[in-house]
Amino acid sequence: MKGNRRDFLKLSAASAVALIPAAAEASADRKSADFDDVFGVLVDTAVCVGCRKCEWACDNSNSLSDQPLNSFEDKSVFASRRRPTDQRYTVVNQIEPADNNEKKNYIKLQCMHCNDPACVSACIVGALKKEPEGPVSYDAWKCIGCRYCMVACPFQIPAYEYDNALDPEVRKCTFCLDKLRKGEKPACVAICPNEALTFGKRGDLIKMAHSRIALNPDRYIDHIYGQREVGGTSWMYLAPVDFSRTDLPKLPDKPIPQATEPIQHGIFKGFIPPLALYGLLGLAMYSLRQRKQNGDSDDERH
Amino acid sequence: MSAIELPLPVRGRYFTRGVKILTAIAGVGIAVYIYRLLFGIGAATNLNDQYPWGLWIAVDVASGVALAAGGFTTAALVEIFHKDKYHALTRPALLTAMLGYTFVVIGLLADLGRYYNVWHPMLPSMWQGNSVLFEVGICVMIYLTVLYIEFAPIAFERFKGRVNLPGKLSFLNRAAESFLSLSERTLKKTLFLFIIAGVVLSCLHQSSLGTLMVIAPTKMHPLWYTSVSPLLFLLSAIMVGFPMVIFESLLASRSFKMKPELGILSSLARYIPIFLGIYLAAKIIDLTIRDVWPYLFEFSTRSVIYILEITLGVIVPMIMLLNDRIRNSVSGLLTAATLVVLGVVANRINVFLVAYQPLYADKPYFPHVLEIIVTLGLISALVLVYRFIVMNFPVVSVHPNGRERHRVSSINVDRTSEKV
Repeated sequence: MKGNRRDFLKLSAASAVALIPAAAEASADRKSADFDDVFGVLVDTAVCVGCRKCEWACDNSNSLSDQPLNSFEDKSVFASRRRPTDQRYTVVNQIEPADNNEKKNYIKLQCMHCNDPACVSACIVGALKKEPEGPVSYDAWKCIGCRYCMVACPFQIPAYEYDNALDPEVRKCTFCLDKLRKGEKPACVAICPNEALTFGKRGDLIKMAHSRIALNPDRYIDHIYGQREVGGTSWMYLAPVDFSRTDLPKLPDKPIPQATEPIQHGIFKGFIPPLALYGLLGLAMYSLRQRKQNGDSDDERH
Repeated sequence: MSAIELPLPVRGRYFTRGVKILTAIAGVGIAVYIYRLLFGIGAATNLNDQYPWGLWIAVDVASGVALAAGGFTTAALVEIFHKDKYHALTRPALLTAMLGYTFVVIGLLADLGRYYNVWHPMLPSMWQGNSVLFEVGICVMIYLTVLYIEFAPIAFERFKGRVNLPGKLSFLNRAAESFLSLSERTLKKTLFLFIIAGVVLSCLHQSSLGTLMVIAPTKMHPLWYTSVSPLLFLLSAIMVGFPMVIFESLLASRSFKMKPELGILSSLARYIPIFLGIYLAAKIIDLTIRDVWPYLFEFSTRSVIYILEITLGVIVPMIMLLNDRIRNSVSGLLTAATLVVLGVVANRINVFLVAYQPLYADKPYFPHVLEIIVTLGLISALVLVYRFIVMNFPVVSVHPNGRERHRVSSINVDRTSEKV
């Protein structure tokens, strides 16, 4: 009895240990320089005047609504902090002014198209994909509608068509992937009258952002949001005020998938841990039976 | 100890008053389930872009998987570690696991926007090895198959020697018989492979279920957010296995008016404080290493919920089960087992819902009444199917004395019905 119980505990402990991931082991380290050549957009919130033409262009380009352009001149929407929805992939919000004298600043929100996206790592069927051009694309045909991408996204961007009973989709900014492949700019960038949005190679945009900060140190805080956040994003921001006052969350530099992928790959490393557990349990089953057949019965004690 | 304990179909009346109530709840639940399929997730739930997961994921799926852990823990104890005296418990535990996982899948389908694509993860072209959910999904699919294979001998036993196909199909009777006995013989020789596979698959997905929320480090409350969450999920699944078996066995014997198998159950319950202790130690070490004790004593809503989860779900039942008198009484055993079961359900709800704090929510999520009805309906339906199978297949081993009593009571029932 005693011996068997000890074995039982020992084996339970061993099987638990077999499942503890090598926590220190990181997934393939993707370096920030690898993303210098993907497309990105630099959003300069110091230049944005909140005209919301980008919202119209996005709606129009993605057939989200047929509201006329002048309906987007309505400034009353700035009373609330809006979020992108399944019906609108991008929204412009006003950054709450610190006092009445402060110049009004605006910030455009949409999918950030992360370098190492949490949604792509989470997706059970690979419906979300980081394209070589930079965009994170979505294939509704593969999607099973589990919405784990929405749990995973650190920017809380993907929206869901909850009211569609038949074939609901995860909806978010597409970065106008079709246009990019034709050599065109995204619809929002193309319409922006103030060049608050700059489209280009991510590496070049970072250089440009640094030089803008260097040329106008009074105008910008010294932080390019999205250069390092969660491993870097294709969309990046400059701002005249601290980012804690904007709708962008404060995030660590570590890519989100590095929280789970090392655990995943630790458990399944070459299928060794599951097979080892299988072998161990098989061995226990066999040897304990042998012992039992040799008359070492423990079940009489009751 | 009884020398012969043959599992037999439990005899008695299917529809008691309680069963009628459960049938009504299950009926309403199924109606709402169909309503969800016809009108969408938005019409039946309070889920939104901030809270993409709600009651169905936390209870129907995550808690369902945890509470089905009686299957693999009992299989490991009896079939792998050869604790033969608990043999009578394996079939009920296996049935619970099989039905538990079946209803997990049914519950999951309600939550999936494109439920008809649920098979997609099986296609190699869509395999996504980085996804935690992929691993959970694949393991659950394979394990469900393994559970049905493990249950097959029980079905063979039921039909062997009494295949009696109706009318024109009766010429197939002999073929069916020989198919049954051939499958039974093959399975008898290979079943141990499936039993071990079932334990391995359970360890894998029980732990991976705990990895799911690790992908939201910036949105989770620090008391529950830990990268050892998979280990904690595995340990809590192991610790809830035996309490679930005890809980069910006591409820079943009450429902069927049989003598509870108190000897075996109390003896099984001796393991529980060990598992509870290991889990509690892991929790304490985790809180200490991550240095988050201050969050526990801030007495915010979440810290109080955490304290309740650990106290009522782990510490109290552990102390209760260390006491011989409580452990050897039906009410004490039932109370302690129920506390562990509810504690693990609370833990799953806390990890998936309470700890999840989306960035831009204007109000917290609370399940829609239709969500609650579907969940209650599924639980009721599970109990009804369980009762049906137990009454028609050899699952429950009846203690000789118990069977005697049971027979007497069923004769009484027959007599009273004759009078009526």
